[in-house]
Amino acid sequence: MRTRTRPDPSGPATQGTVPWRKLPPGDKLAFAVAVLLPPRFTPARVRADRRYRTLDKYRFIVGFLILPLAFYAVFVISPFFQAIYYSFTDWAGGATANFVGFDNYVKMWNDEKFWSSVQTSLLLLVFVPVVTLALGIFFAYMITAGGRHRRGEAVSGVVGSSFYKVVYFFPQVLSIALIAVVWQQVYSSRSGLLNGLLGEVGLGSLEQRWLGGDYKLGLFATMAVIAWSFVGFYVVLFSAAMGAIPKDIYEAALLDGAGRGATFFRVTLPLIWDTVRTGWIYMGIQALDAFAVVLIMVPGHVLKVTPVYLYERFREGQFGYATAIGVVLLVLSMAFTLIVMRIGRRETIEY
Amino acid sequence: MGTTNVNRRDVMKRATAAGLLAVPALGSLTSCATGGGEENKAEKGKKSADNPLAVKKDAELQVYIFNGGYDDKYARYVSDIYEKKYPDAKVDQKKTEKIATQTQPRIVKGDPPDVINNSGADNMNILSLVQNKQAADVSELLDAPSWDDPEVKVRDTFVPGVVEMGQFGSDAVYQLNVAQTVYGIWYSDTMLSKTLEVEYPKTWDEMLAVCKTAKKKGVHGWTYPAGHPRYMFFSMYAMFGQAGGRKQLEAMDYLEPNAWKSDAVKAVFEAYEELLAKKYVLQGFDGEKAHIEAQTAWTKGKAVFIPDGSWVENEAKPTTPKDFEMRVGATPSLDKGDAMPFGTLYAPPGEPFLIPEKAKNKQGGMEWMRMMYSKKAAQNFFREVSSMPVVKGAIDGLDLPPGVASSQKAIKAAGDNIVIAFFKEWYTALWNEEFNNVVGSFMNGDSSVKEAMNTMQKAADRVAKDPDVHKIKKA
Repeated sequence: MRTRTRPDPSGPATQGTVPWRKLPPGDKLAFAVAVLLPPRFTPARVRADRRYRTLDKYRFIVGFLILPLAFYAVFVISPFFQAIYYSFTDWAGGATANFVGFDNYVKMWNDEKFWSSVQTSLLLLVFVPVVTLALGIFFAYMITAGGRHRRGEAVSGVVGSSFYKVVYFFPQVLSIALIAVVWQQVYSSRSGLLNGLLGEVGLGSLEQRWLGGDYKLGLFATMAVIAWSFVGFYVVLFSAAMGAIPKDIYEAALLDGAGRGATFFRVTLPLIWDTVRTGWIYMGIQALDAFAVVLIMVPGHVLKVTPVYLYERFREGQFGYATAIGVVLLVLSMAFTLIVMRIGRRETIEY
Repeated sequence: MGTTNVNRRDVMKRATAAGLLAVPALGSLTSCATGGGEENKAEKGKKSADNPLAVKKDAELQVYIFNGGYDDKYARYVSDIYEKKYPDAKVDQKKTEKIATQTQPRIVKGDPPDVINNSGADNMNILSLVQNKQAADVSELLDAPSWDDPEVKVRDTFVPGVVEMGQFGSDAVYQLNVAQTVYGIWYSDTMLSKTLEVEYPKTWDEMLAVCKTAKKKGVHGWTYPAGHPRYMFFSMYAMFGQAGGRKQLEAMDYLEPNAWKSDAVKAVFEAYEELLAKKYVLQGFDGEKAHIEAQTAWTKGKAVFIPDGSWVENEAKPTTPKDFEMRVGATPSLDKGDAMPFGTLYAPPGEPFLIPEKAKNKQGGMEWMRMMYSKKAAQNFFREVSSMPVVKGAIDGLDLPPGVASSQKAIKAAGDNIVIAFFKEWYTALWNEEFNNVVGSFMNGDSSVKEAMNTMQKAADRVAKDPDVHKIKKA
């Protein structure tokens, strides 16, 4: 038995625990020091204490996490909080930022230009993920399971599927700025590839001033570019998910007489649903951003998305107001994520 | 000790908990960006006749130049003069396309460069800088003797508008422009006199007649960069002045109620509406390179007139035929009862420089600007970038290209009737966002004169009410 007055340095660990506040100050100090000491230098009576185990465990975890957490805190978390703080100020880039309460938010509420940018952003948020994911799933399905049945295989991709997989991924390799510049040229009213092609194949009547001032056309053009640039990523993502589905499930479906459509809706889609949901959230956030494409490609008088509007406020030196818009964007993306998580929730099927 | 009782689940659990804990702990980290800025003493030397700005002779000078169409060679020339006069001082000259990105954080931190060429798309809002007391008042420089003649103060060597453009509601001057831009209706003299055999139109009726003649020859009367519809301002602005007088222009500058709903504005918009209705305008140059496309169509003779600024001569040089004979014309009069005569010219100083308030070598920065305003630096500026310097008479007698020569002629003809759109400089968004939008949809035929005026007025009212925008009051 361990006594407090005469600790046995080599004695076996005991389970008796003295409440922390009753511990003699010397032991308290020893515990405090033990946080930093390697076990070998820790006094045995401390080491023998049950609490030391907990301490040792936390110390171990903290040892691994302290650096990444510090980085995360400084470079990710603190800007968020700074932004929230500045959104309540009238900071204009100078040395002073006066606290103005909810003034920036009230101003935003009454700002028509803000709302029209939000309208555009929301339209992108609703339509772009649907189109991109649908295309991504379709292509991925064709690549992994859409082909003719070859001998000995339940499913196989269309001819040349590995080639397509690479080609679809190309836009993902290009920088988004480059994509925006290239498409801006493609859409050019007078010298663009698109109108040129339409004229060439006798569809001259379909030629448009794509980015010439018409809101709907501009929106359509923007959506097409964002979808185009991201579809490759989802093709790869979804074909990986589809590749993980065991072939025997397909075989069983095939034996039951399921066609391609039925196989897709009854087998493939439910089994990759988790990936689809993740992709949906990611794509939604991309669509809500859309900053680079819109800023570079679309003239300001055609349309604006909220991040571009935010950027312009920054440029005008309205830092406080701009960060308030940023905070609203943050809330929007979080709300979107939560909604998708909620409506997309299904029982996970393990296989 | 080999048995640490940690498993993966524990690590994940603790990591999550630690992540949550880290959040409130960071509250204390906020309010970083506005910090900083202890008083640092500017370096000063001894004032003398040879050194009127009391420059410290061995203090380093840091200059940031916007790396755009002008490049930075013209500034290097000035830096060389500086280094020649102060052999112990080194001029650290940098060029960048991102002026705000590069210099604004340093201004906020209190460690700015000494001279900033605040130009380009990524420029800083000068009004905010003035409001934040981040730009220095350079009156000391303006009252110093000029480089070329100690009897003449620097401020007296300028063409009209330079000092006014640097003032923001007080006598202090925070911004220094070095180039003068002439805006107006640009045309080819060859096209007008040889192909169409007409005179430059002095009234809007004559303008319509010229366009009609052009149309018969298969040439459009006008074109403009639809991708940057704000270019229309370059021919509309002087017309606002002609129709409504300086009163009209001041009403716009000082965001007076219904400034954009006046009869003068209406008359100008209606004039252009007629141009559109008669299909005299070559449309459809959209996108970022719209100005290049439109200018190319113009130099190729597909359109007679284009609203533009004097940089067009340099910008369109690659496509301009030798016998093009580029000219700028003042905007035609709408009516005999116009408040300002034909010849009224929108010709503001541009290409702004500033000296940060906290610059270490503020005196050196001002001295650098004094050198920039010397005749030889001004002439060199003109040779390098083909833009007119704001130094009076600096390029007189030089062999001028046709566009510049006609700009000079237009300035002389205008005399006192030079107009400057201050609101464009003070409330930049009102011009490059709002006016751009309004005139864009107007020129596309998507909104009527009345809608255009209403939208513009609403936008001006919004700026007037916006507490984040510092308003300049009439002196």
